[in-house]
Amino acid sequence: MKKAVVLRFPGTNCEFDTDYALKKLGFDVEIVWHKEISLPKCDLVVVPGGFSYGDYLRSGSIAKFAPIMQAVKEFANSGGYVLGICNGFQILTESGMLPGALKRNNSLHFISKFQHIKVVNNDNIFLKECKVGEVLNIPVAHADGNYFIDEDGLKELKANNQILLRYCDESGEPVVLNGSVEQIAGVCNKEKNVFGLMPHPERAIEAVLGSTDGIKMLEGFKG
Amino acid sequence: MKAVVNVYLKEGVLDPQGKAVEHALGSLGFKGVNEVRIGKQIVLDLDASSKEEALKEVEKMSETLLANTVIEDYNIEIVE
Repeated sequence: MKKAVVLRFPGTNCEFDTDYALKKLGFDVEIVWHKEISLPKCDLVVVPGGFSYGDYLRSGSIAKFAPIMQAVKEFANSGGYVLGICNGFQILTESGMLPGALKRNNSLHFISKFQHIKVVNNDNIFLKECKVGEVLNIPVAHADGNYFIDEDGLKELKANNQILLRYCDESGEPVVLNGSVEQIAGVCNKEKNVFGLMPHPERAIEAVLGSTDGIKMLEGFKG
Repeated sequence: MKAVVNVYLKEGVLDPQGKAVEHALGSLGFKGVNEVRIGKQIVLDLDASSKEEALKEVEKMSETLLANTVIEDYNIEIVE
């Protein structure tokens, strides 16, 4: 059985949804407090959504110095899989584990709704169960999801197939949701073992929730 | 010794809050506002023996935490 660790910071609020989703998909899951200095042996670390440290200063800016993050960096540097969802994505960009940064939404509104996203690249463990061009329906809930990267960075993302997902409509046409550069909703690092996205796949795993599209995303990590 | 750090979005990085305020000023009838940029001011009270030492330390703080240099620039003013 694959083991996943879900991190918990003060202000994290998606750790139990993530725990529930991963258990349902057959993972052994352990929630780990941010003050720990080492990770249990695991196959995947998930940095879940929420408002770590109240989003003070900038979303994710304080969480990046939490004691556990050093262990997460070492885990990632040795090839371990790390997934950041929403605030987790912000933490991973702030800590330099993923390129770019997440700014305040262009509308200045907190956007909370189901959103279609298109799979841009699937040559990675996370999206390998999805097809390129496939449209998924996954909830978003964020105020700071406006992905920014400079032109050189964007070129590099494209050259290395690091763009994972883009906001779109039901038919796959691009949609401006929050002002993200090229409607980017998720990216990975060059090595393709660290992933971040603003949408919440863990909230789309049962028909009663409105979508089950999150299953094939998270299932990718089962290997 | 006090240090004042001003953090703002880089030139060329759209500032949504600044844009909203710019539009609001326009609709209130204020004319001639070409651009509004909104930043943060962080005021630090420091134990430092010299201005140079304080500046060096605050630069380090700015690079590691106070600003995200992917999207933000900052300037530092040391006030004795």
